[in-house]
Amino acid sequence: MIQIHCPYCGETLPELEFAYAGEAHIVRPESPSEQTDEEWAAFLFLRDNVKGPHFERWRHAHGCGRFFNAVRNTITDRFYITYKAGEPRPDLAKLLEESK
Amino acid sequence: MSKHRLRGRGRVDASQPVVFTFDGKPYTGLKGDTVASALLAHGVHLMGRSFKYHRPRGAIAAGSEEPNALIGTRRGPGRFEPNTRATVQEIWDGLETNSQNKFPSLKWDVGAVNDAAYMLFSAGFYYKTFMWPRSFWDKVYEPFIRAAAGLGVSPSEEDPDTYASRYLYCDLLIVGAGPAGIAAAREAAGKGLSVVLVDENSEMGGTLLSEPQSKIDGKSAWTWLEDELAALKEAGVKLMTRTTAIGYYHENMIGMVEKLTDHLPTLPADTPRERMWRVRAKQVVLAQGALEKPLVFHGNDRPGVMLAGSAQTYLHRYGVKVGESPVVVTSHDSAWYAAFDLQAAGAYVQAIVDTRPQVRQDLQAEARTRGIPVKLGHTVTATGGRLRINTVRVNPLNGTHVGNGQWIKCDALLMSGGWTPSLHLFSHTKGSLIWDDDLTTFLPKDTPEDCIITGASRGLWGVEAALKDGSVRVGEALSKLGVEATVSDYTVADDRVGTGVTMRELPTDRSAGKAKAFVDFQNDVTAKDLRLAVREGMRSIEHVKRYTTNGMATDQGKMSNINGLNIAADALGKKQPQVGLTTFRPPYTPTTFGAFAGYHRGDHFEVVRKTQIDGWAEENAAVFEPVGQWRRARYFPKAGETMDQAVARECAATRASVGIFDASTLGKIEVVGPDAAEFVNRMYTNPFMKLAPGKCRYGLLLGDDGYIRDDGVIARISDERFHVTTTTGGAARVLTMMEDYLQTEWPDLNVWLTSTTEQWSTVAVNGPNAAKLLQPFVKDFALTEDNFPHMSCVEVEVAGYPARLWRVSFTGEIGFEINVPAPYGRALWETLWDAGQAYDITAYGTETMHVLRAEKGYIIVGQDTDGTVTPYDAGMGWAVGTKKADFVGMRGLKRPDLVAKNRKQLVGLVTEDQSCLEEGAQIVLDPNQPIPMKMVGHVTSSYHQGTTDHPIALALVEGGHSKMGETVYIPMPDRTIAAKVTGTVFVDPENARLKI
Amino acid sequence: MTRFNALNLVKNALTGHKNWTEQWPDSQPKTEYDVVIVGAGGHGLGAAYYLAKQHGITNVAVIDKGWLGGGNTGRNTTIIRSNYLYDESARLFDHALDLWQDLSQELNYNVMYSNRGCLMLAHTVHDVQSFKRHVHSNRLNGVDNRWLTPQECKEYCPPINIAPDARYPVMGGALQERAGTARHDAVAWGYARGAAERGVDIIQNCAVTAIRRHPDGSVAGVETEKGFIKAKKVAVSASGHNSMVMETAGVRLPLESTPLQALVSEPVKPIFPCVVMSNAVHAYCSQSDKGELVIGSGTDQYVSYSQRGGLPLIEHTVAAISEVFPIFNRMRMLRKWGGIVDNTPDRSAIIGKTPVQNLYVNCGWGTGGFKATPGAAHTLAWTVAKDEPHPINAPFTLDRFRTGRLIDEAAAAAVAH
Repeated sequence: MIQIHCPYCGETLPELEFAYAGEAHIVRPESPSEQTDEEWAAFLFLRDNVKGPHFERWRHAHGCGRFFNAVRNTITDRFYITYKAGEPRPDLAKLLEESK
Repeated sequence: MSKHRLRGRGRVDASQPVVFTFDGKPYTGLKGDTVASALLAHGVHLMGRSFKYHRPRGAIAAGSEEPNALIGTRRGPGRFEPNTRATVQEIWDGLETNSQNKFPSLKWDVGAVNDAAYMLFSAGFYYKTFMWPRSFWDKVYEPFIRAAAGLGVSPSEEDPDTYASRYLYCDLLIVGAGPAGIAAAREAAGKGLSVVLVDENSEMGGTLLSEPQSKIDGKSAWTWLEDELAALKEAGVKLMTRTTAIGYYHENMIGMVEKLTDHLPTLPADTPRERMWRVRAKQVVLAQGALEKPLVFHGNDRPGVMLAGSAQTYLHRYGVKVGESPVVVTSHDSAWYAAFDLQAAGAYVQAIVDTRPQVRQDLQAEARTRGIPVKLGHTVTATGGRLRINTVRVNPLNGTHVGNGQWIKCDALLMSGGWTPSLHLFSHTKGSLIWDDDLTTFLPKDTPEDCIITGASRGLWGVEAALKDGSVRVGEALSKLGVEATVSDYTVADDRVGTGVTMRELPTDRSAGKAKAFVDFQNDVTAKDLRLAVREGMRSIEHVKRYTTNGMATDQGKMSNINGLNIAADALGKKQPQVGLTTFRPPYTPTTFGAFAGYHRGDHFEVVRKTQIDGWAEENAAVFEPVGQWRRARYFPKAGETMDQAVARECAATRASVGIFDASTLGKIEVVGPDAAEFVNRMYTNPFMKLAPGKCRYGLLLGDDGYIRDDGVIARISDERFHVTTTTGGAARVLTMMEDYLQTEWPDLNVWLTSTTEQWSTVAVNGPNAAKLLQPFVKDFALTEDNFPHMSCVEVEVAGYPARLWRVSFTGEIGFEINVPAPYGRALWETLWDAGQAYDITAYGTETMHVLRAEKGYIIVGQDTDGTVTPYDAGMGWAVGTKKADFVGMRGLKRPDLVAKNRKQLVGLVTEDQSCLEEGAQIVLDPNQPIPMKMVGHVTSSYHQGTTDHPIALALVEGGHSKMGETVYIPMPDRTIAAKVTGTVFVDPENARLKI
Repeated sequence: MTRFNALNLVKNALTGHKNWTEQWPDSQPKTEYDVVIVGAGGHGLGAAYYLAKQHGITNVAVIDKGWLGGGNTGRNTTIIRSNYLYDESARLFDHALDLWQDLSQELNYNVMYSNRGCLMLAHTVHDVQSFKRHVHSNRLNGVDNRWLTPQECKEYCPPINIAPDARYPVMGGALQERAGTARHDAVAWGYARGAAERGVDIIQNCAVTAIRRHPDGSVAGVETEKGFIKAKKVAVSASGHNSMVMETAGVRLPLESTPLQALVSEPVKPIFPCVVMSNAVHAYCSQSDKGELVIGSGTDQYVSYSQRGGLPLIEHTVAAISEVFPIFNRMRMLRKWGGIVDNTPDRSAIIGKTPVQNLYVNCGWGTGGFKATPGAAHTLAWTVAKDEPHPINAPFTLDRFRTGRLIDEAAAAAVAH
């Protein structure tokens, strides 16, 4: 069971309190009606699914209820960082450097 | 005193005899014995039969790695378990045990014919045959193979025992209480840390229990052990015996199973049989020691052939001589001590056979002193004896040449192929291993976890080395925990440090193809099987393992993996690491299902959610159904009524006068804030901006793919407050979806969402007399058509309780839903129930609710829709606010396939023969076509108990909206039913009955 | 190559089994192939077999980063069934089931396909509706599946608890008698042997690092750890790793890879005669020829390639088994393991062409890939050989996610594969 740091509660807690919420930084387009079918399908379904550092969302479902973002290594399941929704995508190169 | 027991030796209690049975025969052992040690004390070596060849087998080991001595254990009704290791199971008065995989008896087993035909049953034989004729596999071959396979028999009764689980958080967890683990604990103790030391055995001490001769810092090993454990306890270290660390999970979470009662003669009250500990340790020390390797030679599986170290354990820990005239065969120094100790205990060791031409002088000298014949540079090529070894064939080795054999009489053969570190838990961490050519073994390298490995698990042999290593290595963990790392020095006298060489199969003068030299004892995998697998193209150890089943027995390769690897590597002409190591997988030893299930059995398997009114329903003989986690009253049968009769009565009564229904399970979400209307408007298809406070509106929720996800009535309580209802099963999903959009897509909206499902009890009253029934209880508010029209809501006092009163209907009758703070639910219900007697009030359940709503064509999301249905498909285009700029699902609805022609659309069906269709039945246009038929839809809802004069059904039918009046067909197994396509509203299409 | 039969087994037994030959050689890559298949699982090896056998295309390489059959082929619970709801799924899985029936004879390799029957238990009114819909749909599709009462369920599989007061009482079950299990490793080995015999190169321990394209966009070949291999056509069938491989060709897929765990008990004598699936309780169980109870668990919720999986999921899985089959509570778990499954949004596979000319993909099998093996392999081979899908796999396009024509077994039935 992995452990997750909730950036809102400021605590590291067991995975059981959290719900995974898919890839992060996929923004719902401002004007959906102007989207082509391809663009809308990409928004709905296409995912990076990377092996390695993965930008993803979690929800502290049994805690504060907030959605937040994270960078986690999908090979080791270790988190590099979690950060609040709306904050910019962290510099991955820097994160990897720091984690060494 | 049994024949082979040494008075005054071992850690068993000679003053406490214990009687147990094995295959019905009583045996007397001593308190502290395992089944294996007690049987060995009586000279009983034959304890089981192997998996494939049904060969007679005895205990080869003395611990949890035992592959052969598997028995059934029983304690009265319901308490039976197969495949228990006799080497682990402690005896108690009355314990019943039995041998397995034999018929008719352990000594005469007809299955042993397989052994005679062993040449046929080579590795992978079943892939090559049993294919003709085709039908024989299912009918003949497979049943035969299955009957022969499988060791013990399954339990057949429900388990009367309970199991517990707990969390444990600690600074330092030490796995393994041998010298390395104890030394590590000693450095950690008394420093303000929470330290836990666990061991799978009934006693702590590990190898010290089998090596009492060593003297640690001047104390005898056992005195030192007693003092150290007492000191650790005194210092607050949590000591846990009979506790197996079964798996190492993410971020230093260790699963441990503690056995609490299997060793007790009487079961204590209110004590679970086992307890699963979910440990989260800041630092972990793995000190699991090493496992002795068997030697691989023809006949190495005969009862009486045993690991030398295990013989030592039986001697020193249990006071049992496993043989009176043993022979020792070894490629490692450690087995020489077994010979010395047994000789000292009164046995006559017939020979020490060592494959090495040169052995330490001091060992040779000691053998001479003790009068034990020594054969250096010799190999063992065969054993004799039927159910117990009685002779061993020993041949001189000259380089690779094997000389003439000589038979030596013996009653036990003690073997040692050296030791291999126990790396199981380390491997669970995804730790990397490194091959050590000198030790011919894998050693631990790096791990991503906060984990340190020490002692024999690192390939260090001897008590002193283990003590020192444990003391030093734990320092790293202590530093990380912020306490000072200290190191103790240890001096150990009479330490038995040894070296050896690693053998593959022992050299033999026999035809290699005929040798039965076992590598995996339980699964009957021989060295030639492994070589055959390689010959057939299996090049990785994973392939070899799967092709031969080497390492897949209940010891999970503890006895066989490393020997198998060495032989496979040799056959391939490769280094071992190039052939690979099979992955060690949890659990470390087989673990009871009950320990995993813990409390989650029976009523506690999953929580049952009940409404405040559930008790009333139960008292009034309701039949319940599970809906999500809730249980809901399905119908309220009167004496003798079937479900259909009860539902017909409930339906009729509701349409005739008034029915009362518990709607509390509906999901409820309070949407509050200045932007609440905007938010609801964006989430739901319907327009909500202009909905006035005091009004309700039906809402349809889509996913952004355009398909229906949920629905419910939404009430605008005030300008900035909405009371949203969802389906019973969808509440959590809808709230999550709303939170997702609110928090991450529209964080600018000033809205709060709160789940209020359990804050409200909701009582629905429906029927022509509903208003009349309710009016007297509503304070200062007139329930008239003008004052409180359909789809209105008001905050008002009902029967003295603060309430949100809604005028809504899911039945087509005049309807009210009264939401009161949850605790008042039952009181309100009973008040209305009592008053309703004047109107012949009838309580109805979910089944009647389904019928009444279907008669009105109201959909149930998840029943009439299935995740591929759009609002237009459901005939609810009226609910889509097409003029809105956006709502969730608006863009999705425009995708090509969602606007395609001939989509499945919701219609009504009326059968021509007045029969009731089956829900889920498939619809075709041409009933005479051959199979596979072209299906155009299916029946989603169907009822015959309602208030129409014919059964009704709802169905999704391709192009259904343009098929009104046409006939479609429902082919059933016995006949085809014709049905007319209709609209979905069967009762009161003008909605006249809604009016007060 | 020696035929496998009883006579040859006896002959070889008499000569100490010294004359058996390699079932497939350890091939090194050539510089060029007509078809390169990425991923040597059952699907990829099977596709190579059918390319050679049925389409005469033998200049084929199957390349894997590890050992053949080392991925999900060797890590699943071996359940085989075809009682799917939608016509498209039923046709695909029933095609596979047809091939399963005679696969041992076809391959001259006993894959131990066992018609044990698969019983899917209904525990709620919704389950009953849903499974009956399956039963009716299957019947009209020619797929066997029939409804059993709780008592009939108990008779078919005695360990099931049908007590009406259970937390999730058994309200009936849908039984497909033609369903069953097979020996998973043997499927990979049998296809490998059959393909190799027909000239296919099986190249193990050689990771494909990228798919290369010609300037016109069509496929040129694959970069591997052992160098560039030219290929006229490339088919990717790499289960959990499909996203990564396809990304190198510039194709993004609607996939998420998650851990899936499974476990077995210690072996016991025959006690469990069929496959039982209980979707409401999340209990999936059968008994192997060796006697182990083979138990499927769920997928962890997050994307992961760690193959570790968590303890809570296993606890829940075992609790579910004890709930539906209470007599097993004292049985012991022998080992559990994890695989990586790639899931599509509608939980149905994608088999077919891609936007890149001469690049094909077979992915998104989620937890249901093993049962489809012969069907997926057969239709993939067809698609590659003819550059157009077989009618059976034609609906399983990548394009359906654009149009919305999903084959949503999960949404339709709330049924895990």
